[in-house]
Amino acid sequence: MSRSSTLGLLLVAPALTLVAMLFLWPLGFSLYAAFTKDGAFTLQHFAKAFELYSTDILFTLVIVLLSTALIAAVAIAISGLLTLSETPWLIAILKQLYRWPLFIPFIVAGQCMRTFLAKNGLMNNTFVSMGILDPSQTMSFLDWRGIVITFVWKQAPFVILMLAGAMASIDRSTIEAARNLGASRFRSLFEIVLPQVTQTLLVALVLSFVTMLSVLSVPMMVAGSQPTMLTVDMAFRINAYGDYPTANALGVISYGFTAIAAWIYLRHNLAQHSEAGK
Amino acid sequence: MSLSRGLPGTAMKVIGLGLFAFFIFGPLMNLAMTSLATSVWIALLTVLVSLALAIPAGYALARLKLPMRALILVLFLLPQAFPSVAIYINVARIFYSLGLTGTVGGVVLVHATHGLVYSVWIAAAAFAAVDRDLELAARNMGASPLRTFFTITLPLATPGLIASAIFVFLESLDEFTGTFFVGVPQVSTLPLLLYNASMGGNYQIASITALILLVPSVLFMLFIERFLRADVLSKVGR
Repeated sequence: MSRSSTLGLLLVAPALTLVAMLFLWPLGFSLYAAFTKDGAFTLQHFAKAFELYSTDILFTLVIVLLSTALIAAVAIAISGLLTLSETPWLIAILKQLYRWPLFIPFIVAGQCMRTFLAKNGLMNNTFVSMGILDPSQTMSFLDWRGIVITFVWKQAPFVILMLAGAMASIDRSTIEAARNLGASRFRSLFEIVLPQVTQTLLVALVLSFVTMLSVLSVPMMVAGSQPTMLTVDMAFRINAYGDYPTANALGVISYGFTAIAAWIYLRHNLAQHSEAGK
Repeated sequence: MSLSRGLPGTAMKVIGLGLFAFFIFGPLMNLAMTSLATSVWIALLTVLVSLALAIPAGYALARLKLPMRALILVLFLLPQAFPSVAIYINVARIFYSLGLTGTVGGVVLVHATHGLVYSVWIAAAAFAAVDRDLELAARNMGASPLRTFFTITLPLATPGLIASAIFVFLESLDEFTGTFFVGVPQVSTLPLLLYNASMGGNYQIASITALILLVPSVLFMLFIERFLRADVLSKVGR
């Protein structure tokens, strides 16, 4: 090993030690706690987790997948508008507006939605005062719909930021050629622009997927009642019962979801590489 | 020109609004201010810790030969890419045995680990964007490697390092999950105050806290582009 690489490793070592202490060690701890009882291998914690929380596991997966799909739709629509629109004032307004939620903390977004979507919240009160709704017709959105709305509102700007950036850097002449040949803007978005930026879209969606899986504050604040998301169940298992094995089993299940997302991304990546190699 | 003339006026307006808010919400503000002070103190310490770790690590990643460089880069990303709740409950358990739960130090360590991906990746990009010829010129004129680093490389990388510090500061200010597990019951940051007030039905405190938390985030959105130049941004994660 040369002198320079020893020095390099020495300089990186303190930061790596922190990652090892506060990430790798707890990760090992959680795997160990999830799979063992009194030092012997067991799957009974998973049996208990599925018995108690199978609804919530499904609920979490459905919420996160639905949010991801909606985020993709919103992001494609808005970044498509930003790239292909021929109305300068619309682009200017969208550019100013779309990124605001990106910089608002999840917990603040949760609190805003809590006051906005409640039965007597800002949204329903506005509808009532405008005469669109009768006070008896109002209903609370503070359940799975609230979580999905908050997630889409909070994460779509992130995907738009990455997607619009990627769209801005593709060769504009391909779009102009398609438009000249008579393709509608809609068609050139889906057949010319989008195929060139699928990689970026996928990365952004996978990152959003994992972020939404890890958020504790939004499901706790926006939807208090059952069914709820796995993060809330884990916190409850710890705070109410000190039940680390079951909480860690739930944690391992959420790692599993992340692993699936990572696998989809990697498979797509490899497929692209092998196609490029042909 | 108009900016420098408008600035005192704007400052007066902000101070006036602040005083107005203080007289109306004064009694409630006390609680929020205590948490604000805790939050800012924790965020500043987090920035110090992560800069101390990220400057050497970033320099090594940008300039020195490193075995398994890609793996090291990914290692810093992992704490952000994993579902964090499952990690934090175990961090809390480990900290409990070390006597670190409910201490500012414990919370700072958790925040710094979470922010390492920003601090290290941006620091590495900032060092990589420094023109190598300038360093070589300094070395040619007889400056030692250490002197070259402190008089040439570090000053030129400062804007990028400031950007990474701002990222880490905001991450720490807004962080909820880690503090929720590691900081309770003694450490009450703004996000925890917001959560407790909101769940307890105290919407006045919750709204004030939410507004206080919004200010730095919006400022960040307006000013980050000044610090994070395109040539640095294009090297992030490389």
